[in-house]
Amino acid sequence: MIPNKFDYQKATTVEEAIEYLVEYGDEAKLLAGGHSLLPAMKLRLNNPVKLVDINRIPGLKYIREENAMLCLGAATTHYDIESSELVKSKIPMLCQVAASIGDLQVRNMGTIGGSLAHADPAADWPAGMLATEAIIVIQGPEGTKNVPAKDFFMGLYTTALAENEIITEIRIPIPEGNIGTAYAKCVQPASRFALVGCATIISKNNGLCDRVKLAFTGVSVNAFCDEAVEHALTGHAPDVDNITIAAEKAAINVDVLSDHFASENYRRHLAKVYAKKALMEAANNL
Amino acid sequence: MTNMIGKPVKRVEDKRFISGKGRYTDDIVLPGMLHAHIIRSHYAHAKILGIDTDQAEKMEGVVAIFTGKDIAEAGINGVPCGWQVDFKNGETMKEPPHPLLVAAKARYMGDAVAVVIAESKALAKDAAEMVMVDYEPLDAIVDAAMAVEDGAPLVHEDIPGNMAFDWELGDREKTNQTMAKAHHTTTLEFVNQRLIPNAIEPRCAIGDYDSTNDKYTLYTSSQNPHLIRLLMCAFVLGIPEHKVRVVSPDVGGGFGSKIFHYTEEALMTWCSKQLGKPIKWTAERSESFMTDCHGRDHVTKAQMGFDENGKIIGLRVKTFANLGAYLSTFAPCVPTYLHGTLLQGLYTTTAIHVDVTGVFTHTTPVDAYRGAGRPEATYLLERLIDKAALEMKVDPAALRFKNFIPPFDGINEPGFQTEVALQYDSGNYAPVLKRAMEMVDYEALREEQASGRNNGKLIGIGISTYIEACGIAPSAVVGSLGARAGLYESAQVRVQPTGKVSVYVGSHAHGQGHETTFAQIVADKFGIAMEDVEIVHGDSESVAFGMGTYGSRSLAVGGSAIMKGIEKVLEKGAKIAAHKLEASENDLEFAEGKWTVKGTDKSISFGDVALTAYVPHNYPEGLEPGMDFASFYDPANFTYPFGAHIAVVEVDKETGKVDLKRFIACDDVGNVINPMIVDGQIHGGVAQGIGQALFEGAIYDESGQLVNGSYMDYTMPRADDLPLFETDRTVTPCPHNPLGVKGAGEAGTIGSAPAVVNAVMDALAPFGIKDLEMPLTPEKVWNAIHNNQ
Repeated sequence: MIPNKFDYQKATTVEEAIEYLVEYGDEAKLLAGGHSLLPAMKLRLNNPVKLVDINRIPGLKYIREENAMLCLGAATTHYDIESSELVKSKIPMLCQVAASIGDLQVRNMGTIGGSLAHADPAADWPAGMLATEAIIVIQGPEGTKNVPAKDFFMGLYTTALAENEIITEIRIPIPEGNIGTAYAKCVQPASRFALVGCATIISKNNGLCDRVKLAFTGVSVNAFCDEAVEHALTGHAPDVDNITIAAEKAAINVDVLSDHFASENYRRHLAKVYAKKALMEAANNL
Repeated sequence: MTNMIGKPVKRVEDKRFISGKGRYTDDIVLPGMLHAHIIRSHYAHAKILGIDTDQAEKMEGVVAIFTGKDIAEAGINGVPCGWQVDFKNGETMKEPPHPLLVAAKARYMGDAVAVVIAESKALAKDAAEMVMVDYEPLDAIVDAAMAVEDGAPLVHEDIPGNMAFDWELGDREKTNQTMAKAHHTTTLEFVNQRLIPNAIEPRCAIGDYDSTNDKYTLYTSSQNPHLIRLLMCAFVLGIPEHKVRVVSPDVGGGFGSKIFHYTEEALMTWCSKQLGKPIKWTAERSESFMTDCHGRDHVTKAQMGFDENGKIIGLRVKTFANLGAYLSTFAPCVPTYLHGTLLQGLYTTTAIHVDVTGVFTHTTPVDAYRGAGRPEATYLLERLIDKAALEMKVDPAALRFKNFIPPFDGINEPGFQTEVALQYDSGNYAPVLKRAMEMVDYEALREEQASGRNNGKLIGIGISTYIEACGIAPSAVVGSLGARAGLYESAQVRVQPTGKVSVYVGSHAHGQGHETTFAQIVADKFGIAMEDVEIVHGDSESVAFGMGTYGSRSLAVGGSAIMKGIEKVLEKGAKIAAHKLEASENDLEFAEGKWTVKGTDKSISFGDVALTAYVPHNYPEGLEPGMDFASFYDPANFTYPFGAHIAVVEVDKETGKVDLKRFIACDDVGNVINPMIVDGQIHGGVAQGIGQALFEGAIYDESGQLVNGSYMDYTMPRADDLPLFETDRTVTPCPHNPLGVKGAGEAGTIGSAPAVVNAVMDALAPFGIKDLEMPLTPEKVWNAIHNNQ
């Protein structure tokens, strides 16, 4: 449990952090909460030469509302989100996602930006980001860009983030109208990551769902929006029959993961069960 | 203080444990200490073609690198096995060498190939990455039943069929005849899965050779330092025992895995002599998963025969026990004498035969793990009886009551002679099950279950009873069964001149609270304050000898040794008191910490007598000064705790997840010294048994890779998986030891796993599901429901 030798560097601005990334390329790693990175380093699965600590950069930890967007600083901890009244009042599902991560100690250290950059296939945040159609704000040497969540997660531990870029903010459109949200999670019993995590937002107009967003984590190599489920429920009343029919479409046209906790077959089944749980809960929250 | 026995005194050791002041082996830092990193095989089975250490040796801070070749050239024996179980045909047990570092071949994933010693742990690890081991991977075998088949890869070239021994107990012919007459026969084939012990403190060893005195000190996280010293000196390194001191300071859990003499202990001791400096090795967590001896791993087929009245008449058992790649210290004893001998259970079965084959595989060595053999025996019996109840359509509780051995106290009625060698000391079995059923409100629960079923709720109620053999063990008996050591215990009771008492015990706590329980006994018997009693253990230099802590033996055997010392003190004290009080010994009584001349107010305190013993100015003629007695206690028999556990579960049909709603344990561990500690032992044991039933299990793939060797992959039971345990006790004292105690360390583990599995099977009965193997993971349960709907 001893990492390779590395050089620790505290960055005081985002620009400074980017400079290190430019200089060291793939030999540099950003340290945010460190809850995935440090174990990987101790197991020598990840051996950065330069560890750039971004925790001391001012102005990366905040939760605020701006132009109908929930704006979260990238270094905001899971616990800060879990306990935010603002988040709870606008998109309560995000508080559920945050609260389902690890234990309190983990949530006090781990950050949303760190989790997104790491893109563990079983991490909780990616599902929440996809279901809310969040925008990941990324800064690099050339300036900033906004990447929609659906374009951000590209595979196993793979994202749209380039080697010399850093996530600075997450912007989440605040849904309008009569909305219901929920996150339903089946935990992997050893790690307590998501075996299947399902985040959803539905909105109801004239008794029918006019908009359904539903995303899974843990099911495939990266989190994804399940359009088949979304289409099946859109235009229908969010009642138990329609939700059951829609949930049956879950994870049909995706490559599903398999491990000793859940085979492909069982995981696909769980996706249906948890899609239904999430949709039912969201419907009850309308 | 008198009347300390039976009080729920708070554990005195907890102050240091919970405030971070415990002192564990890894906390020890010696001047000039070097650090070792062990290079282990990534393959389960591979030829070692060569090891290139050139680059690593040149690295700064690297002091030495030793390989299996160095060990072989130094003529060092491997670590020995402490128990011999021969083949049925008289052939000697196969006992392949278990070298400190392997030279030619790795035989399990984690087998030690080389050791790098450097000035820091980090440097040792860095250098280890530069050591190039050239392996030629070979086919591996991990399943015990498959390992004996023709053509299976051999773990040791000269051991055909991978068999270490085969063994039987009971009357084969009588059992076959009886089973042929059975009115009903229930058959169960199952794997009692392999478990990884997961003590919170990883193993650690520091070798420290002092060349000026030619003395060695080994610090090791062990459950029995004296036995380690004996085995290492006499069988591995060939050094005189008086030149070696073994110290085990605070030990952070063991569950059996720290009983055994491990290669790293001898390796650090030997390396320290080569380099003239102390050397520390501490296991990383991944090493703990790979190299701490695992537990269980039985492949079993068992049949239970019943007569037309539902009485059990016969039991036939065939088990393949996976021993791993080498024979660990007690490995041969666990599936035989700690398993086969317990197959009588609490029942009047008249014919039993058990046949066990001990098998080598390319896996981590398997040895005693909390319960050791007895959980396997109990699981076998209690699953069989539940399955039989289902098949015969009778209530599982009623079937058990019908078959219980009638009560016997071992004094007025003789002990119960089983069909499988043991004689139970005392037992009264129906009351524990009655009480457990009362606690759970069995009748009401059955009604709730029935109405739940109508509403699609899958509620299950599972019963398990158990008996175990503890207080290990009468030396003559175990000697005749293959043990290569006696299993008595020692205690030295030293009354200091001021009347304070130091007790040096050969058992060694790794979580059991001996410093509290033993002090309670001494305080009670001498009528002094608990604070005036000190318990010393874990150091071969201060404690005369000891056989350590395992097999729920410390109180029954070690406590009895303390009682012998206490008696000797009181006997001598009475002589001194009589002299001082100018009375006859016969006229004295000892109570409340003083000797009093009966019927008078003339008395002398314990402290004054102690002082007199050390300042013998006015002293009985011919009596030796001092007040210091060493005692050895060898028990007359094992002790036999028993109990009944009931689990209540609800199964989620949609996901297969088992929700453990309630857990009831009514145990009889004989007399109780500290009920709070006994409750704690039961709670911890129950949690571990539930862990086996629902969550745990080592998984090897076909090539012998341990797939789930981390906490991200190996599911330990957690507090939020468990309900509040409901516990109670009955008391049937042990008739053959002075405290009447039986042992409580393993009871919870033994009873709980089958109760939980029986509960899940009960919940799934409407689907026609009769048996599933542990662990009952959601997918396994869901698949069963799905395939039977």
